[in-house]
Amino acid sequence: MLNFILSRSMQSIPVIFVVITITFFLVRFAPGGPFDDEKSVEPEVKAALEAQYRLDQPLFSQYAAYLGDLAQGDLGPSFKYPGRSVNELIATGFPVTAELGLYAILIALCIGGISGVVAALKPNTAQDYVPMSLAMLGICMPTFLLGPLLILVFGIWLEWLPVSGWGDLPGDKILPSFTLGAAYAAYVARLSRGGMLEVMSQDYIRTARAKGLPERVVVLKHGLRGGMIPVVAYLGPAFAGILSGSFVIETIFQIHGLGRFYVQAAFNRDYTMILGCTVFLATLIVVFNLLSDLLAAWMNPRLRSQLGGNQ
Amino acid sequence: MSEMLNSTSEAQGSTSSQSGRVDSINEYEKGTSLWSDAWLRLKKNPLALTGLGFLVFIALACLCTPWIAPYGYEEQNLLLGASPPSPQHWLGTDTFGRDLLTRILYGGRVSLMVGLIATSVALLIGVTWGAIAGFVGGKVDAVMMRLVDIIYALPFMIFIVLLMVVFGRNLWLLFFAIGAVEWLTMARIVRGQVQSLKEQEFVEAAISIGLSKWAIIRRHLIPNALGPVIVYTTLTIPSVMLLEAFLSFLGLGIQPPQSSWGLLISYGVESMEEYPWLLIYPGLTLTLTLFALNFLGDGLRDALDVRASKD
Amino acid sequence: MTALLEVKNLTTYFHTRNGVVKAVDDVSFTVKSGETLAIVGESGSGKSVSCYSMLGLIPSPPGRIEAGEAWFDGRDLLKASQAELRQIRGSKIAMIFQDPMTSLNPYLTVGEQLIEPLIFHHKLSRAEAAEKARSLLQEVGIRDPEKTYHAWPHEFSGGMRQRVMIAMALIAEPKLLIADEPTTALDVTIQKQILELVKEIQQHRDIGVIFISHDLAVVKDLADQVVVMKTGRVVERGDAPSIFNCPDHDYTKKLLAAIPAGSKASAHDTAQMSHPLLSVNNLVTTFADRHSGDRFKAVDDISFELQRGEILGLVGESGSGKSTLGRSVLKLAQSDSGSIVFDGEEIQDLTAKAMRPYRRRMQMIFQDPYASLNPRMTIYDTLAEPLVLHDLAKGPQLNKAVLELMDDVGLARAYVRKYPHEFSGGQRQRIAIGRAIATKPELVIADEPVSALDVTIQKQILELILHLVDKHHLSMLFISHDLAVVRVLCDRVMVMKQGRVVESGLMESVWSSPQHDYTEALLKAAP
Repeated sequence: MLNFILSRSMQSIPVIFVVITITFFLVRFAPGGPFDDEKSVEPEVKAALEAQYRLDQPLFSQYAAYLGDLAQGDLGPSFKYPGRSVNELIATGFPVTAELGLYAILIALCIGGISGVVAALKPNTAQDYVPMSLAMLGICMPTFLLGPLLILVFGIWLEWLPVSGWGDLPGDKILPSFTLGAAYAAYVARLSRGGMLEVMSQDYIRTARAKGLPERVVVLKHGLRGGMIPVVAYLGPAFAGILSGSFVIETIFQIHGLGRFYVQAAFNRDYTMILGCTVFLATLIVVFNLLSDLLAAWMNPRLRSQLGGNQ
Repeated sequence: MSEMLNSTSEAQGSTSSQSGRVDSINEYEKGTSLWSDAWLRLKKNPLALTGLGFLVFIALACLCTPWIAPYGYEEQNLLLGASPPSPQHWLGTDTFGRDLLTRILYGGRVSLMVGLIATSVALLIGVTWGAIAGFVGGKVDAVMMRLVDIIYALPFMIFIVLLMVVFGRNLWLLFFAIGAVEWLTMARIVRGQVQSLKEQEFVEAAISIGLSKWAIIRRHLIPNALGPVIVYTTLTIPSVMLLEAFLSFLGLGIQPPQSSWGLLISYGVESMEEYPWLLIYPGLTLTLTLFALNFLGDGLRDALDVRASKD
Repeated sequence: MTALLEVKNLTTYFHTRNGVVKAVDDVSFTVKSGETLAIVGESGSGKSVSCYSMLGLIPSPPGRIEAGEAWFDGRDLLKASQAELRQIRGSKIAMIFQDPMTSLNPYLTVGEQLIEPLIFHHKLSRAEAAEKARSLLQEVGIRDPEKTYHAWPHEFSGGMRQRVMIAMALIAEPKLLIADEPTTALDVTIQKQILELVKEIQQHRDIGVIFISHDLAVVKDLADQVVVMKTGRVVERGDAPSIFNCPDHDYTKKLLAAIPAGSKASAHDTAQMSHPLLSVNNLVTTFADRHSGDRFKAVDDISFELQRGEILGLVGESGSGKSTLGRSVLKLAQSDSGSIVFDGEEIQDLTAKAMRPYRRRMQMIFQDPYASLNPRMTIYDTLAEPLVLHDLAKGPQLNKAVLELMDDVGLARAYVRKYPHEFSGGQRQRIAIGRAIATKPELVIADEPVSALDVTIQKQILELILHLVDKHHLSMLFISHDLAVVRVLCDRVMVMKQGRVVESGLMESVWSSPQHDYTEALLKAAP
């Protein structure tokens, strides 16, 4: 198992490196410098600023210097928030985004997983159609439509829940978490239904029934392990989706998380911030992809014993 | 069960072989091909047919917009302001007094075009890539698919945001960027299909007959791999449209004065408290279209029996 | 002796979209303890469904038990609730299934699956159950029970898994064991071991056994009573000797006649002729192991000759490399070294393109009639493809040639514009044979062409092959795992094991006095 983890981790390193490189040069090749808009800036001041941010040096030495800083965990200073480093900004924004993402993924797994399994147990009955129609709705209704609609209904018309903020008012975490989780709950429901249907038609389920096991044991012990593998494999992509989904959610619900910083940085052309956030988020996503792959492999005993050598 | 029904016809097959000496084969009864079989199955699926009908309706309406739209795209009626739906303006008007129905139709042209063009890009790259990797196999396949794996691990959503920030909001760049994300899945599907088909005995039979590579690809591989490609193309369009709407909502996609459903929703959100119809109608149009595409895709999948395409 | 299980007038229908299928139609049978009842019939005859339906194991809907009684242990199973049936399944009535590769849960260890019946039916603790499981593993002939107990199913071969399945069925000490084609997926030598094990257990534990099989030969040594089923109905029943010696019903006679027996009438010694059609020398074909990356020799230094007009049998168990040898000769698999001389010309080194003219003269018939036909081409297109490609016929001649091929392989001309999925397995194999002989080849390699077919169909196809070989003067390499089938067809035979030929010679002399131990084991194992 250790070998497998090591080799897969080694594969992730070039990916992260590619991300850093592409992002760095993309940002540098972007038309228009960060200080171009500010007409009031004197040429000398501009030169001083550019020197401070190493913009006067050749591109490759900028790149080398950036990599060097990165190796020490330093993402550099922000262009637009003078005196604040990108690290600080991420440190303020990320905990909020992480919490939001965690709730969303929990909601997705609980609601999606349970309704998918329930639907698979009685295919082509109401027990199947109702959750699956809702899942289809969840897939077809974009988060940026669902969010405002929920605000409209529960926040403005019914006045049950706060419409913005995070951790300021009781219950203000409910709507954003649910909005973000809904689409992924829908995907998880469809995947777990598909996985369970596939597994429940296998010969070994018939064997389990022929042994006289209670249906509960047949489903939970014999069915669930195989049926959930597609869901586990989907966790990586779902995580990436949830992170980028948080851009929208944080904008709609006015939450000061990393996603909102990122979008604002994009509009402000705050290049060090964009660069830093991209590198940070991309690394995070690559790591989570790796974890979900490892988990899926670990759940499959054939892979586990093959890759683990002598476990 | 079908085996049992077949075994009775087995006897007829072998005994009645001497009957009839007709040389023109056109006098014999035509068989049911898998395509006509699939069409018959699709015709029995009311959801898929409704979806197809709705799509045809929407596509026609958007195609003919310049001729059928009740008002001009920029035609303002400031006296009306934002008016709720009325006999003159079926879906109401926006804050500038522009007819919402007209704007939804014009927005649909862009949204559908993005869906179709970006999907075509994905289709073209994905099918070519996957087919070559699957057919050539060996080292070429390993390298090509390794590359897909690496690109797959890149956090693409973030990259698209970055691209739009760096190069400005360019429609063609958007097609390219979205297509560049979606081709990966298509490549994987096609490669899997080609690889499993290649190992089928009927392809070996074709080789042992002496058919050339291209003839095998044309006569044996493409017709059999077409089903899954059609299904996944249908399912790619909605995810592409969703992506475009997502970007437009963030202000990173389509740029005014051009419009798309995502942009209309984003305007709707701004004033949803006072004028909810500005959010609800564009949202409804987008959701229904995605619904229709997904139902059609699912219906095609069932009809073409894509998952169970063992023989 | 009283009956252990008495089934009366059992009727199960499947209500499908295309109408009602009478899967089991008014079936009655009785099993006594200490006795083996064999239920024999071809696929789709309802033999499995009748056993599954009384245990509540058929999918419902579409399946529905319409009528009947099944008395076991003083109660009617058909009237029992699911909960009551659950108490009986696995504890009083246990089952083993056809495919041991898919019947064990790959996500749980062998031990975990073994002890489940004890925990649920006998309420034993895990430690007690594990104790019992280990001793039972020993009883079913597994050498290292301790290690096996903690192992995963995928670490075992099919035969070992079937032993685990048997242990799992016996663990709660059932009174009745239902074995549903337990040896069909196994090699003959393994099949023999499993059959012996079932027999031993049945005598040792004095339980009743229902043995479901499509093959009368398999149940011959095992069964006390035999029930023959066809399309959901019992056509004949009786004790084993009378069924085998003086069958009443035509269908039983047909089944018995279909058991391959006897040898080729015109077998002649062709090995001495001077100009062989095909001469293979020191052929080696290797494959990379998918996991370790090491190369192993699937075909290991094989030499043989095939004379014109001869049918050469190639026998071996799964994994022996016999299919790879066939594919290597036709250059569908690339061999590493050695020579293949076809009609005096070396073809081993030819490129794919240079090989094409030879393709007309050598053809292949594949094992799986469901996979060997392009599902999107009509029969006409399939049969016409080789003719058009090699410029053998055009226009009206093409139509005529295709229709004559239909006659040749015994298919009605009216079917010519249909698609493969509209045919049964046997008919598809006829189409595949038609495609193989379309170009009037000199050499045909037949790779297990009948092993996916029911016995009665198998017989028809074998007769067709013999007829066509004679009519078109074909030379054939006939690959099979079944010595009896090979004996019906072949003049000479080669026996393969682990990539090497261990014995070869005239069919009759190998059959009557095998020289190699492995050949002897194969012969003994044949049912």
